[in-house]
Amino acid sequence: MLTLNLNGVVREVDADPDMPLLWVIRDRLDMTGTKYGCGIAQCGACTVHMDGQPVRSCQTRIGDVGEAKITTIEGVEGKVADAVKAAWRGLDVVQCGYCQSGQIMSAIGLLSDNPKPTDADIDGAMDGNVCRCGTYQRIRAAIHEAARSLA
Amino acid sequence: MLKLDLTTAPAPSRRAFLTGAAAGAVLLAFRLDLKGARAAEGSDALAKMPAQPNAFVRIAADDTVTVMIKHLDMGQGNTTGLATILADELDADWSQMRVAFAPADAKLYANLLMGPVQGTGGSTAIANSWFQLRKAGAAARAMLVAAAAEKWDVPAGEISVAKGVVRHASGKQARFGELAEAAAAKPVPQDPRLKTPAEWTLIGQRVPRIDSAAKTDGSAIYSLDIRRPGQVTALVAHPPRFGASVKSVDSAAARKMPGVLDIVTIPTGVAVIARDTWTAMKAREALKIAWDDSAAETRSSDTILAEYRETAKTPGLVASQAGDAEAGIKGAAKVLEAEFSFPYLAHAAMEPLNATIERAADGSFDVFAGCQLQTVEQAVVAATLGVTTDKVRLHTQWAGGSFGRRATPGADYFAEAAAIVKAWNGKAPVHLVWTREDDMAGGYYRPQVFHTVKAGLDAKGQITGWRHAMVGKSIMIGSPFEAMLVKNGIDSTTVEGASDTPYALPAYRFEVHNAREGVPVLWWRSVGHTHTAHVMEVFIDELAHATGSDPVAYRLSLLTRAPRLSGVLRLAAEKAGWSDKGSEKGRGLGVAVHESFGSYVAMVADVTAGESGVKVSRIVAAVDVGVAVNPDVVRAQVEGAVGFALSAVLRNRITLKDGVVQETNFDSYQPTRISEMPRVEVHIVPSEVAPTGIGEPGVPVLAPAISNAIFAATGQRLRSLPLDLSSLRGA
Repeated sequence: MLTLNLNGVVREVDADPDMPLLWVIRDRLDMTGTKYGCGIAQCGACTVHMDGQPVRSCQTRIGDVGEAKITTIEGVEGKVADAVKAAWRGLDVVQCGYCQSGQIMSAIGLLSDNPKPTDADIDGAMDGNVCRCGTYQRIRAAIHEAARSLA
Repeated sequence: MLKLDLTTAPAPSRRAFLTGAAAGAVLLAFRLDLKGARAAEGSDALAKMPAQPNAFVRIAADDTVTVMIKHLDMGQGNTTGLATILADELDADWSQMRVAFAPADAKLYANLLMGPVQGTGGSTAIANSWFQLRKAGAAARAMLVAAAAEKWDVPAGEISVAKGVVRHASGKQARFGELAEAAAAKPVPQDPRLKTPAEWTLIGQRVPRIDSAAKTDGSAIYSLDIRRPGQVTALVAHPPRFGASVKSVDSAAARKMPGVLDIVTIPTGVAVIARDTWTAMKAREALKIAWDDSAAETRSSDTILAEYRETAKTPGLVASQAGDAEAGIKGAAKVLEAEFSFPYLAHAAMEPLNATIERAADGSFDVFAGCQLQTVEQAVVAATLGVTTDKVRLHTQWAGGSFGRRATPGADYFAEAAAIVKAWNGKAPVHLVWTREDDMAGGYYRPQVFHTVKAGLDAKGQITGWRHAMVGKSIMIGSPFEAMLVKNGIDSTTVEGASDTPYALPAYRFEVHNAREGVPVLWWRSVGHTHTAHVMEVFIDELAHATGSDPVAYRLSLLTRAPRLSGVLRLAAEKAGWSDKGSEKGRGLGVAVHESFGSYVAMVADVTAGESGVKVSRIVAAVDVGVAVNPDVVRAQVEGAVGFALSAVLRNRITLKDGVVQETNFDSYQPTRISEMPRVEVHIVPSEVAPTGIGEPGVPVLAPAISNAIFAATGQRLRSLPLDLSSLRGA
């Protein structure tokens, strides 16, 4: 039995240590806000925070998580998270919305490290997050908007 | 929750919608009238249908108003638009509006532009619902007013409704929830008065998307998020070649893995049933399967394309003709000729295909999925499970994209899920999951297509004749849509956007060849327009340059009978600063304009091109969709169309090597990334014409606008898609 600190709650998980964190979260703990998109760290839909840093949960073995604090879209909170979600809603960024949990988790990670990102900073932090609906223009605008609201 | 009317016309109770379905019939007569919405006659027929508030409105005691959504929202925002249409006539406040996906019931919820079929496609959700939802909202409002008039003993004419509150001059007022029960007992007005555009309070305004909140906090439930009690996950090992079948299976190693529940052979492959997705993935890798390729497609896509090239030289079926195109070209002062090829394309929606089917205690079934062709999906599941359609209930979920893939005429993945349930005897709810690799290599692609086109110009630069041949596999032949969309062997979805060109050509001949091959093909966001618009708009551009004309002015001279097309073209050119464009080495503006699904879109692309590649820095679009129900959603769809289509312009292709698909994930089929996203400006033509759709029409013009801009920047014509950027020389 492994333990997992997920959204501030320590939970016991019966899983093979090789099982990706993504599938532990989705299939064993039935928390479905974190999405499966590619399984090979090419799309970012599965992005969660590990000790505050964005990671791809499809490439993170549950056996390697240890004591690290994992945060998902359902549990992420604080000033930056609130600002990002408010900007996403204010600009109606979403279309199908499937990638947006991952986009938001990456954006919160970016703004937590860099409160005033340039377009190039946004490209650098967000290029691993695919949106097939093509909402990138609004993602960019929402990150700038969230930065403004936090300033 | 109270339904608005439970007495005069039964709401869609389970009994009502079950008895209406055609039991067991998989093949249905479809009508797909994609242009019907814009025709005055079609619009008139939709306007004359009686009001059906019971099918579409639910008013609860807590004042929430729920609109039953008969379509799939796969991101295009139709839930917001459909709720807006109804809310405006109801005079509801936007904050009280909710949406719920309707059950499968073709009687109540047919797409009025698809005949007796409930489904979403062809950018028709708003167009076919426009009168239906306005009437439903207006009727419900009249019933609330009638209830208030009775309660207060005042004439109905003295009552007003605004923002969810019913008021009388005396100061009396009531919320919808207080009146709902009494209103439900009032007769349904069949032909309530509809508002004039000047009276609209929500239509034409930006209201916030109804799905934004749930899609930004992880709470929106997609098909892949369904978790039924006792649910198991199934993955299917599909044959590597289309048309192959299972010869033998050695599942001994897989069966021994902890968490593996069963392994069953089904018509489409070998299904692994396990307690979770990861276990099913590992077990599937452990299967040893021998495939029978005797009926399989074993050719490479290059070989198939080479065959198209030869086929194009032979006479084809005539899709349209006028005058003597050949004679016109023979007598021309100048002849231009070009060929264009287009690859297979995967839809690659972010949420891979999946569906959950659960057997209820009474032997009926519940299906949870991103249902896009409900009538077909229900019939296919019922037929596969050997029950009548009244034993199959569909529960449509939010879909993580589709771009056409979830609407398959044979309901392929629904049939597969049902086959597993059947093989496993319904022991537990089964969630069929396709991995990204299954989804991308699973076929149902935008067809590979080849075009040749030849045109003559006289000494004054006037077109004398246009000959055009297209080769590709028909999407509709062999599908339930064949009877309506294939005439004399010509599939309108192959030739749409070319053989019906709005350009004034004095003599033309459009021919088509239906390729025979084993690769399953399907509509891909904007269907035939994905290739026809590109060929027409690039070749028209070539003619403009050959005659020394300005590409915008040249198009306008040939579009004198197409005022809405000319309108968007002028608007896009003006907003892009077309007339002031300088000549800057390596940078160019390119333009394209096209009608699809009754909507008109022009784009100007601002591109930098040269040996180091291509950078699309800005797209200026102008659109005419009639009434823009929610202008911000219209803008979002055009912005998104650019992001979606850009990677298909620059690099995406599905290739087959000896019948085996080579691109299986986002590493080899790279979607557009944020760093590549151009600035997109969208300008909407003001209009009071009944609305048409915008889910697809932004796509067709992007590729030709970029291609034409590259020509402007470099003098080099890149015709085929994806653009062969390696052939660009230094500008």
